[in-house]
Amino acid sequence: MGLSEHIVMRELDVPEINDFEVYRRHGGWEAYRMALKEKNPADIVAMVKESGLRGRGGAGFPTGIKWGFLPKGVYPRYLLCNCDESEPGTFNNHQIIDRNPHQLIEGVALSAFAIECHTAYIYMRGEFAAAAITLERAIAEAYRAGFLGRNILGTGFDLDIYVHRGAGAYICGEETALMESLEGKIGQPRLKPPFPAVAGLYGKPTIINNVETLANVPRIVEKGVAWYRSHGTEKSPGTKCFSLSGHVNRPGNYELPFGVPLRELIESPEYGGGMRGGRPVKIIIPGGASAPWLTHEHLDVPLDYESVAAAGSMLGSGAVIVLDDTVKAPHVAYKMDEFFKHESCGKCTPCREGTHWLVRVLHRIAEEGHATPEDIPTLHGIYNQMAGNCFCLLGESAVMPIKSALTLFPEEFEAVVAASRRLPHGNGQRDGKSGPVIPLSARH
Amino acid sequence: MSNRAPAESPARGSASAAIADNRQKLLEATMRRHQYRPDALIEVLHKAQELYGYLSPQLLASIAHSLHLPPSRVYGVATFYHFFSLAPQGEHTCTVCLGTACYVKGALEILSALEAETGLKAGHTSPDGRLSLLTARCLGACGIAPAVVLDGVVIGHADAETLRARLHALLAEAPVAP
Repeated sequence: MGLSEHIVMRELDVPEINDFEVYRRHGGWEAYRMALKEKNPADIVAMVKESGLRGRGGAGFPTGIKWGFLPKGVYPRYLLCNCDESEPGTFNNHQIIDRNPHQLIEGVALSAFAIECHTAYIYMRGEFAAAAITLERAIAEAYRAGFLGRNILGTGFDLDIYVHRGAGAYICGEETALMESLEGKIGQPRLKPPFPAVAGLYGKPTIINNVETLANVPRIVEKGVAWYRSHGTEKSPGTKCFSLSGHVNRPGNYELPFGVPLRELIESPEYGGGMRGGRPVKIIIPGGASAPWLTHEHLDVPLDYESVAAAGSMLGSGAVIVLDDTVKAPHVAYKMDEFFKHESCGKCTPCREGTHWLVRVLHRIAEEGHATPEDIPTLHGIYNQMAGNCFCLLGESAVMPIKSALTLFPEEFEAVVAASRRLPHGNGQRDGKSGPVIPLSARH
Repeated sequence: MSNRAPAESPARGSASAAIADNRQKLLEATMRRHQYRPDALIEVLHKAQELYGYLSPQLLASIAHSLHLPPSRVYGVATFYHFFSLAPQGEHTCTVCLGTACYVKGALEILSALEAETGLKAGHTSPDGRLSLLTARCLGACGIAPAVVLDGVVIGHADAETLRARLHALLAEAPVAP
């Protein structure tokens, strides 16, 4: 089930599509020009609503409905494009920008017109310095052509787009932390409500959308709702750019309609090309490090929001990480939770302390091969105290790797416990005299 | 902490006063372009690090003064974001990504090989200031894992042998004149 036409990766094979003129020749900026001349902002919002476009950043919230949350008559409004893209395993946003920056800028401009906003920011991850330069060059081209700036195309619509570089903080992908960071502060999330649509950047109504979400908008406006809905499934229309990585033969970004089974993404010679060395699939993480794990039993799950949720995980950002049987579950959980520990912003206690303790215990189990029988209930205890108690989703995400590892592969933890019992200096039992349960060597 | 003139980077020791002066001018121009607004702090820190290589206490104090921000706020932001460095970096930097995709493709082996080659522990700079060996949590280059960034250039499908050779070649070049 290939894709006859790419939406997000449009003009995939056109050389120099990153150039304004080339993009324009391939129908680029036409949806925007047409919308400004012939349509009302409300028409565009209605189209996006009917198209069923859902946020590609992770939550899958319907974009048109999000736009509808803006309070009427309150200005100025801001549009933020989230290109923080820090979720481990996700790498489609910067490919979209590197290859076809005008598509994103047109999407931002068109969305800004729809929500009647005159200032838009693109928040780039700090590491994407080259992509930020590409984007700034493309924005300058659009200004020169009169598609941005004052009184655009003589319609009276004004729009400025700014690129803002982050500085290396995973948490800034969280929408309220992103706004704090844009205001020049440390990126710690804000309490919700008020939601950004009511009081966001500088306390004004703000819409935050992912790069891939906004890159869909020009095509929806150009080709219409029915055409868009002919891709994907009823509840997840359109396509998704999956970032496939791990032990597959052909890692990379593949744009597929929603609803394609995991197996096809992993095994099709056009996409993943099967597993390295033909080894069996052990762990599939379908939506970035924050998603609960799936296993080989789930290879036939269709990749759309509902089906992946029904299988007990989430589609998230569409970062599919596939691991073979050479990896050990405690190791994978350790590496992932180390990431969350490193990136915890320190605002709330369950996340700041919880990730720390998870990593300390997991380090000992995974790296030193040393576990006491109490470790397993301790790990369950830590993540249970974190789940539902963290300020934002970062802490909740940190629960997923360890919870998945303990649920799906308990025997691997028990094996470490059993092996520790046989150690010559047998510290397998906690007797109150054998020193701290957490050895000093696990200190970070 | 009321010193307005940013200190010179020790890495460039006796850099001529003219260069130091020019860097200060460029930083001042960036702040002016942002109308000395406190919310431009991150952009200003980016520029300062680009010009000076790292953010010294004097530099942070002078930025705080110019943007009318408490020094604690500037220090807080500079330490919160991993991109900012408060200590001088080596002339060359080599960053090994330890994200999940790179990890399962052998990033740790690459790191140990480089540690053995350079005699440096990850996160440290050689005493002669030639090389910093760093790690990252995920560079967003999972499709070309394992990824290593050598002096700002991303190397995909990295392997220990080639990297060792490239590092060796880099370090064999004459150091940049102070």
